[in-house]
Amino acid sequence: MDFNLSKEQLMVRNIMREFTENEVKPIAAEIDKTERFPRETVEKMAKYNMMGIPFPAEYGGAGGDDLAYAIAVEELSKSCATTGVILSAHTSLACWPIYKYGTEEQKQKYLVPLAKGEYLGAFGLTEPNAGTDAASQQTTAVLDGENYILNGTKIFITNGGESDVYIIFAMTDKAKGTRGISAFIVEKDFPGFSIGKIEEKMGIRASSTAELIFQNCIVPKENLLGKEGEGFKIAMSTLDGGRIGIAAQALGIAAGALEETIKYVKERQQFGRPISKFQGLQWMIADMATEIDAARLLVYRAAFNKSSGLPYGKEAAMAKLYASECAMNVTTKCVQLFGGYGYTKDYPMERMMRDAKITEIYEGTSQVQQMVIAAAVLK
Amino acid sequence: MNIIVCIKQVPNTNEVRIDPVRGTLIRDGVPSIINPDDRNALEEALRIKDQYEDVKVIVLSMGPPQADAALREAIAMGADEGILLTDRAFAGSDTWATSTALAAGIKHIGDYSIIFCGRQAIDGDTAQVGPQIAEHLGLPQITYVEELKIEGNKVIAKRALEDGYFVIESEMPVLLTAIKESNQPRYPSIRGVYDAYKGDKVRLVSAKDINADFDNVGLEGSPTQVNRSFTPSGRTGQGEIFQGDHKESVKKLVLRLREKHLV
Repeated sequence: MDFNLSKEQLMVRNIMREFTENEVKPIAAEIDKTERFPRETVEKMAKYNMMGIPFPAEYGGAGGDDLAYAIAVEELSKSCATTGVILSAHTSLACWPIYKYGTEEQKQKYLVPLAKGEYLGAFGLTEPNAGTDAASQQTTAVLDGENYILNGTKIFITNGGESDVYIIFAMTDKAKGTRGISAFIVEKDFPGFSIGKIEEKMGIRASSTAELIFQNCIVPKENLLGKEGEGFKIAMSTLDGGRIGIAAQALGIAAGALEETIKYVKERQQFGRPISKFQGLQWMIADMATEIDAARLLVYRAAFNKSSGLPYGKEAAMAKLYASECAMNVTTKCVQLFGGYGYTKDYPMERMMRDAKITEIYEGTSQVQQMVIAAAVLK
Repeated sequence: MNIIVCIKQVPNTNEVRIDPVRGTLIRDGVPSIINPDDRNALEEALRIKDQYEDVKVIVLSMGPPQADAALREAIAMGADEGILLTDRAFAGSDTWATSTALAAGIKHIGDYSIIFCGRQAIDGDTAQVGPQIAEHLGLPQITYVEELKIEGNKVIAKRALEDGYFVIESEMPVLLTAIKESNQPRYPSIRGVYDAYKGDKVRLVSAKDINADFDNVGLEGSPTQVNRSFTPSGRTGQGEIFQGDHKESVKKLVLRLREKHLV
């Protein structure tokens, strides 16, 4: 068993570290405070092929793999979880379903500019009454000649309002239940599509989280993704992969928080010595380092499995469950180690703690991950 | 037009710690990087490539087989190919031996218009290798290049000085050394990383392949002798207070400063 990263993955990690240090970290606090979407960072990521890492070069991607992509999200999230989720939602939730289920025409028209980062992508499944129970879709799509007509509302859509292309799920046949859901590729300018409320959030505040409104929205027939009735399968398999991205984001938040904390406890003097010399605090650091390593191994295994064509649904759920709870636990303890300073905006700890919480909620709550894992283990 | 960029793989000194007892660098586990000034040289070369057609950027390095990673990184930034001079015969080279080997490597490549080096390496700080290569090859050189223009068969370079600059014109072929003020190097692109490891983009070349002058390469060919490496202890000089009449004190102060060649 080889735990070493490939030469390519190592180089990707170095690039992402340098990029994050120079381009992402300096604005992280500011965009959190002002809730400003970091468009300039997205453009820079596009320039260096970071917006389509796991896709082949012929589809505009970097020709890399899922582990390199997970490493990219991890490194970005060490300093800015917002930037991490922008990349994760775009890559896993918008590019991937087109790569996996799209026709060649759809790939050329949408995946190529998405993977190049010329377009930003989003994924619309959640509705006011269809969260964890994603099958209760109320958005409808009715075929009318050459077009589908979509009606309904999506909420909590990451990259919503900032994206050019949306993967949207809607009921084409209510009588068939989950088999009546279909997926569509919707462009931001399609008639009848508009952006509603932009959420004001506790964390990942510079990530745009929007309501999508479809009022007799006209979607050309050729923008049906997969076949009619395949939507639920497409959504679930997309989320299986998306969880690797969010797990990597959670891992990055935890690892970034611990890195900052290690620097701090070595410098902060109390009772005449650095607080890192106190055994009680050393044990906290040791436990956190161990937890983060365990999370990393789970995340990397899930990513490795996905690139290797091995099953990864259960592995991705385990990685997301564990890494997100690790992020919450570690950031809470790191705020504690920073003491009063950790609670202020002079240090990034309080932001990281706020950012960590969402990783236990979106792309399947921790409880959903437990359902997925239990179903796989008990089958 | 071929541009040869000489790069060195160095330990990232930001992460190097010093062994407090032996006074030497602890290099274990320290990641290696392309020497920062060399990245500026590469960026300058890549900008020429972006601007003009038919420009080929070749990166050249002398080092152990691991230096392959530095060349691949340069290729991921946009260089066309890499050549690694790697041979036991080169081990232990000082700047003389290094520049001798690199000059032989450059002759081996043959066709070039510009040779670009970084000003100096962060692990040696000598700034000697670039100028020495120019001397070995009998080329004009412009060091500390901050800005560069190409006009026909000439380069026009702004050469930075501490308190000003020269504008120097030279015909090609020419050797230039870049400083960090010259540009902000681009990141390697992620696709570039995967492309860099495809196919045969880095060529390994031995001392024999380049007809190296064995008397002037490696440890044996290095005139520099390192006596001792140490961390200078902190200055322990004591302050001096001039008291009494102001005029007299100032006189004494100026005298002392003169003695110390400070004014």
